Amino acid sequence: MCEIESWSFQTKLLHNSQKIDHTSGAVSVPIQHASTFHQYDIDAFGKYDYSRSLNPTREALETVIADMEEGTRGFAFSSGMAAISTAFLLLSKGDHVVITEDVYGGTYRFVTEVLSRYGIEHTFVDMTDLDDVKQAIRPSTKVFYVESPSNPLLKVTDIKAISSIAKSHGALTFVDNTFLTPALQKPLTLGADVVLHSATKFLSGHSDVVAGLTVVKDPILADKIGFLQNSFGAVLGVQDAWLVLRGIKTLHVRLAQSIQSAKQIAQALKEIPAIKNVYYPGLEDHPHYVLQGKQAKGAGAVLSFELASESILRDFVSNVKIPVFAVSLGAVESILSYPAKMSHAAMPDHEREKRGISNSLLRLSVGLENTEDLLKDFKTALTANSHKEKAFHRGGWQ
Amino acid sequence: MHKFDTILAQIGNRSESATGTVNPPIYLSTAYRHEEVGKSTGYDYIRTGNPTRHLLEKAIVELEGGDQGFACSSGMAAILTVLSLFQSGDEFIVSKDLYGGTYRLFEQGCKNWGLLCKYVPTYTLEVLEKEISERTKAIFIETPTNPLMEQANIEEIANFAKNHHLLLIVDNTFFTPLLQQPLKLGADIVIHSATKYLGGHNDVLAGLVVAKGKRICDLLASNHNALGAVLSPFDSWLLIRGMKTLSLRMERHERNTKEIFRYLFEHDAVTDVLYPGRGGMISFRIKDEGWVNPFLQSLRLITFAESLGGVESFITYPATQTHADIPEHIRFETGVCNRLLRFSVGIEDIGDLINDLEQAFVKARTEGIQCVK
Repeated sequence: MCEIESWSFQTKLLHNSQKIDHTSGAVSVPIQHASTFHQYDIDAFGKYDYSRSLNPTREALETVIADMEEGTRGFAFSSGMAAISTAFLLLSKGDHVVITEDVYGGTYRFVTEVLSRYGIEHTFVDMTDLDDVKQAIRPSTKVFYVESPSNPLLKVTDIKAISSIAKSHGALTFVDNTFLTPALQKPLTLGADVVLHSATKFLSGHSDVVAGLTVVKDPILADKIGFLQNSFGAVLGVQDAWLVLRGIKTLHVRLAQSIQSAKQIAQALKEIPAIKNVYYPGLEDHPHYVLQGKQAKGAGAVLSFELASESILRDFVSNVKIPVFAVSLGAVESILSYPAKMSHAAMPDHEREKRGISNSLLRLSVGLENTEDLLKDFKTALTANSHKEKAFHRGGWQ
Repeated sequence: MHKFDTILAQIGNRSESATGTVNPPIYLSTAYRHEEVGKSTGYDYIRTGNPTRHLLEKAIVELEGGDQGFACSSGMAAILTVLSLFQSGDEFIVSKDLYGGTYRLFEQGCKNWGLLCKYVPTYTLEVLEKEISERTKAIFIETPTNPLMEQANIEEIANFAKNHHLLLIVDNTFFTPLLQQPLKLGADIVIHSATKYLGGHNDVLAGLVVAKGKRICDLLASNHNALGAVLSPFDSWLLIRGMKTLSLRMERHERNTKEIFRYLFEHDAVTDVLYPGRGGMISFRIKDEGWVNPFLQSLRLITFAESLGGVESFITYPATQTHADIPEHIRFETGVCNRLLRFSVGIEDIGDLINDLEQAFVKARTEGIQCVK
């Protein structure tokens, strides 16, 4: 075991406790479809009894993610939202949540429309402003909910600072680590209590599986989440667990390529006049560039940019050829999203605009395509726009 | 045309507009409804054609620069499908340094069907000229060879083959189209064990064939369907998934292998290092045969297993694993001795890999000496 400890993160993605199936020597974890397990002793049941409670394939994934995040236990769920919802079930009526204001739209919907029905209250704050955060605290505050970098504006929250505020109030810190993954950021080592993932994104990375993961460090908290996972039953299926494990094997190489590409693209987009703003914490002029470098090993492969107008955006989207125009992110294919109508559609217009998520904002998740191909595609799509605009100003196409 | 990275990342995307799916569906249906007599969507029965398999076949055609592709249930099934182009009495010229499974198929299968293989030590034109007869129909090459990593000049052999009206068949498993596109150099057929680098995760068994020219493609299509050694939809999909990261993986495999080469080359427990300068496969000879077993047993990170091309590092002992089916005297003659190890370098951290080799060498040496005592 001590050898495994000393290997780098990159190596441990491939060589971990799940490296070899001890029954057969297989180098790929077997998919255990069994829903139930024979019990040999009426008085002492085996480790596995029913697949919702524990399944060997899902357990392999849960062990791997726990090790990656440097936690003690991991839990796999049927989606990122299932992971998030299950974690929020730790709360009771009357409890209060301080949550980041530009949170993912699905989490926003869950907190405002579902948790509120159970009498769990919330306050949205700008998590990057620690005074704002302190102002929002109530005696009943039990959870601080962080996304860093945030979606879609890529604001960076000081996880260590929030965790220490939470600790001093006896509250828990939840961090959604989807955008960076433990390859770049390990919130548990920065003081957070619960790490949440939409494993649909970078962890699995191929746009072909919906999954969520949770990791905690404290064994008592682990038992509570384990109890909720089994009671709520939003567990991940075995084929999907296996697919996520398969995706994790190339996490390091995929991220290395996509980050390099994202940085080049962010820099190039800044030079284009039709683009008003570029949001990427890997750019030196990003307001949280230093903090990002301090708490994470990289800025990730997601960036957002604001076009000069909604009509330019619409033309751009219809002209680009390579990226998929779709929801989701973190895939081998580059994905271009329109937060106003996609990830943040569940947020009322005024709330959305207040948060700076305008109708001319696009989010780009950079995939593995050749960077030059992508940049050429974007530039061509924008040039087509400017021709059209010019033609329009001269009196239209006709 | 897009560059390799882009083609790979985009395999199967925009394949249908009904749902706009980014990732292609796995079509498990074995049969397809016919609207009326004589009217088909182009798909009739899964063995003949399957939409998921077609996406894979289309991708490998684009990558290899061929006309048509055929996905088979294993690399050996791909070779067998290609062999079905020939008939009793035909002869092939193949290299002595050959994957053991192919050798077994040639010796145990082909002989019974009246196909004769002539083994040559190298692919120099002189040697080929000497072995050619009126019955020779094809030259079958692996380059680089397995496990001795010798490279053939595909272009030169292709010209020779053309002049003599022979087909040139190239097994491109070790390099993949990223590093070598034999069809562009004049070969007629490319074969892959896609289980290796193309799949890349040690979790799918598959073979691919890509050919050029209508006559050969039509015949292969017919035989592919007739023999029926086709790849399942799920495995086709899994292979597509693997191929999306091929370029990244290969880059890392190669970078790591070049470091390993330098390390092994300097090591005094190693007598020879065989590396063609590209790709992720490297072979080396340990000084003392008695050190081989303790060395393999001492590896903590690298897996001692057959197969290659996966993200995890594998070391193989050709003498008892991949080349066990080749008689010992032939093995020795070609250089596949009992001190030879083949290393498929994975994408792990290079420092971790070298540390693992180093500690295994140290243990092998102490235990090897103990054996002598």
